[in-house]
Amino acid sequence: MSLQAFAGPVAGGLLVGVAAAIMLLGLGRIAGISGIFAGLLAPTAGTPGDRATDAAFVGGLLAGGLVLLAVAPQVFPAAAPRTLPVMALAGFLVGFGTRLGCGCTSGHGVCGVSRLAPRSIAATATFVAAGMVTVTVLRVLGVAS
Amino acid sequence: MKAVLSFVAGLVFALGLGVGGMLLPEKVLGFLDVAGAWDPALAGVMAGGIAVMAVAWRVFARLPHPLVETRVCVPDRDRPIDGRLLAGAVIFGVGWGLGGYCPGPAIVSLVTRMPAVLAHVAGMIVGVVTFVVVRRFAQAAVQTSAADG
Repeated sequence: MSLQAFAGPVAGGLLVGVAAAIMLLGLGRIAGISGIFAGLLAPTAGTPGDRATDAAFVGGLLAGGLVLLAVAPQVFPAAAPRTLPVMALAGFLVGFGTRLGCGCTSGHGVCGVSRLAPRSIAATATFVAAGMVTVTVLRVLGVAS
Repeated sequence: MKAVLSFVAGLVFALGLGVGGMLLPEKVLGFLDVAGAWDPALAGVMAGGIAVMAVAWRVFARLPHPLVETRVCVPDRDRPIDGRLLAGAVIFGVGWGLGGYCPGPAIVSLVTRMPAVLAHVAGMIVGVVTFVVVRRFAQAAVQTSAADG
């Protein structure tokens, strides 16, 4: 494992940090994607804040996706890692779990951990550990990843 | 202005996920496969994001108010850890380990129109709606038992 393998991820992480900093310093909001997404679906389920701003953020995510698709399509996979029903189940757990736990990789993992919020540190350690256990169990059971 | 800033933040966020490798579920699963052929590189994404945000929080503490907003919508940092938080994190983590997508990458990847991504985001929507319904029943049950008591 060379240091170069970390260059892309760290560069990407710096951009993610800049995006989250724009939300915090410009709008006084947490760039928590699960909360923003849920707020668009059901106002009471999302983070506080106005829905027009949420919609603009999600629009920006999709616009960024289109830019990537045009200039660097290799950042997307050629195929999905699992079958369709498993992907749907995975999505359900991600949607339900992030609402029950009030955040995901962005809100807890980046925004919360960086201010040393105990809840976010606990949540991040927990969801990373749960993800690791899940991947390990699936591999041991022989489910190809 | 608020919408423009939010749009730019979303766009930069998506580019960061792409540059960082977070849009490749195989890479994410490799990061989580700590007992197998572990690929720790994606830890760099979180590290980079945390580094910038650690500075941003210090700047934020000195601002009288956000640049284009008068009110602040930031959760209290020192709310206690509870069972609901940890249960939610476990459920989310299992879903992340199953599909390799957390919410941001799943939404950004909608532009590929891959059936697997569409299925994942559809699942996310059902998950959020299920949470809202379950919470409503739970609150009603609590109110009923309080009235009984």
